[in-house]
Order: sequence, then C-alpha cells, then structure tokens
Amino acid sequence: MANGLPSTLKRFTNGILPENPVFRQILGICPTLAVTNSMDAAMTMVVAVAFVLICSNIVTSLIRNLLKPHLRILVFTLTIAAFVTIADRLLAAYVYEMSKKLGPYVPLIIVNCIIIARCEVCASRQRVVASVADALGQTVGFGLALAAIASVREILGFGTWFGLPVMPSIWPSWVIMILPPGAFLTLGLLMGGANWIGRAWRARAAAPRPAGA
Amino acid sequence: MAPNKGYIRQAWLVLALAACFGGALAGVQASLSGRIAENRLSDTMSQVPALVSGAVRGEPDKSFGELTVYRALDASGRQVGWVLSARGQGFADVVQLLIGLDAEARTITGLYVLDQKETPGLGARIAETAWRGQFVGQSTAKPLEVVKSAPAAKGRIQAVTGATISSESVTGIVNAAVAHFRQVLAAAGEKQANG
Repeated sequence: MANGLPSTLKRFTNGILPENPVFRQILGICPTLAVTNSMDAAMTMVVAVAFVLICSNIVTSLIRNLLKPHLRILVFTLTIAAFVTIADRLLAAYVYEMSKKLGPYVPLIIVNCIIIARCEVCASRQRVVASVADALGQTVGFGLALAAIASVREILGFGTWFGLPVMPSIWPSWVIMILPPGAFLTLGLLMGGANWIGRAWRARAAAPRPAGA
Repeated sequence: MAPNKGYIRQAWLVLALAACFGGALAGVQASLSGRIAENRLSDTMSQVPALVSGAVRGEPDKSFGELTVYRALDASGRQVGWVLSARGQGFADVVQLLIGLDAEARTITGLYVLDQKETPGLGARIAETAWRGQFVGQSTAKPLEVVKSAPAAKGRIQAVTGATISSESVTGIVNAAVAHFRQVLAAAGEKQANG
C-alpha cells in the first residue's frame, strides 16, 4: 500500500506464523492457558474469538475516518464488548453444553488483547478487505496455536483427542497436563520450539546460496 | 455553550455507537433469552429421572417462594419425589446443584451438579458419579458431615482427595437446601391439615 502498511495478502499470511498472536506476539494468553485442556473447548474458543475479531475489525475499519485519536480505545472496547456479548448469548442458546464448559472465559474475550491490537494496528488504518484478511490470518494463527497446545494437553492428560480415546488404555493420564501447570509447561515448550524453528528458517533464508546450487 | 458543543463534536461517534450496540444487544437478548432459559430448564428436566427413582418427568412447583422446586412425576402423573435446585459458593465459583428427594423428603435419592467451575481434576470431581453417589440413600433428618477417610457410618461423606473445600461446599449447600425445604414443606403440611 502507498502508506507503507502491509498489503491484504501480507496481512493474512503474517497472522499465521510471522506474527502468530500466541507464539510471536504473546497476546491472548489468558484463553490460551485456560481453555486448552481439551480440543473441543479450545476450538469453540477459537470460533468465538474469530467471530468477535472479524466483526470488530469490519466495524472499526468502516468508521476509521471518523475516529478521534484520544477516543479510539473507547470505541474499540465498546465495539468488542458488544460482539462478545452477542457471541456469549449465541453460545448459550445453541451450544449450551459448551457454554457451560467455557464458563467465564467467553465474557473474558472482551479483554483479549489480540482483538484490540488488531483494531489498533490494522483495522483503524486500512480498508475493510485488508482488515478482514488480517482478522482471518490472526484467527488461523490463534487457532493453530490453541490446537497445538490443546492436542498436547488433552492427549497426555486425558489420553483422548476431541474426546475420542487415542492412547492405549494402560496410559496413566498425566493429571498435571490438565491442571494450570500443564498449560504453562506446554505453552513454554511449544513457544520455544516455534521460535527455534522460525530462527532456523530465517538463518537459512539469509545465508548466501552456495555457488552452482 | 461553546465547550458543550465541543464535547458533542468529539463524542458523537461514541454516543451513536453505544445506541446502535445497545439496540443490537437488546434485540439479541429478546430473540435468544427464551431459548437460553429453555436450555437451562431442559438440562434440569433431563436429570429428573436419574435423581428420583421411578420419575419420568419434572414439573416446576411455584408454591415454595424463593426456593426452586420441581415435582418429580412418574409415567401416570403421580408424584414420586422432589427435585430441589440449590446454589452456593464453591472453591472457585458458585456451584449449582440439583437434589433429588423422595416424596416425604426423608431420603436423598440423587445429586447432580448443574454448574461448577471448580479446579479440573480436583474439585471438579464433585461432578463425578462415584462421588455424588455417596449422597444417595442418606437420611435428611440430620445434616451430613464431611470426613477425610472412608466413612464408617451413614450420614458421612468422604471428601474428594485434595478438594476438601469443594466437598464441604457441596455438602453444605445440600444440608442447607434440604433443611430449608423440609421446613417449608412441614409448614405447608400443617397449614393444609389445619385448613
């Protein structure tokens, strides 16, 4: 774009790995730690966050030229809170069991920094198309991160994946993986791994190509 | 007037958005609240057969004031017991229980955890069948007691290992709800006998 902001495609791909909200930006850690002890809960959270993120980005992008700099955070919060409440009611009405399971973590999406960060960084500066691409990219990144953490925790902690048994029945379920310490351990190890791989990729990209290759 | 005009010029977007979102939320609430209340009720009703033996359905009984009480009915519509809805503070958050009682409210016939946010793997085990099963068949004449080792006598509930507070909360909620209900029931019975 003319103003030096990333293009629509770049916005989408950035969210997946280079600017992954969990592993690179370290945002939205509260739901990441709290609802990743089973895949179904984690994926419901991802869908709820996706809904709020996409809707908030669209609204913010549409009103971006009307925003007053000192009132913008207030407007972002208002927008996010409205969509979170809608998401919470929809979950309670159509997937009641899951809404019971997620408990307070759905209303807490209001304070999920991924969403307000995207309103500030992208949606308040770019067109709707770029903002939607950005929201989708961040959602995919958030979803991949939560799926990775929840898979490790559910398989080791319960011996199941999406509630289906995947480990041999003699597997002694590691209770610690379901409890909060398991969330921190898994997040730390996976974040370290993701950054290690990212560094290796960048080093390879920067290295001069050997002659004749 | 000048500063006021300035405020409106600055804040009109916030005010307009607040009005729009407020309207949207009211619409969502109006269209979904019935469905949500239905979900809660059907969750409660689906537990009635497990809570009172012989019961096939529940029917809300509004005659107990602030107590939420359901009559448990068998296939022919005869009352075979009661289901009380009770809530109280757990270790992490409010715990919501359904308590099944026989028709005279003398014996607990079942216990179900409708909503809880206790620690997964520890306090959350209050929702497991094995633990809840300890309440079944207990007499309501005396408050139940929580113990840490295998109970030697009736009237005692063994706490979940590592979750004494959750266990005591549940037992306390059951004791309080049952005592309150028996009181109200006895008072209603006397009134009926006298009238």
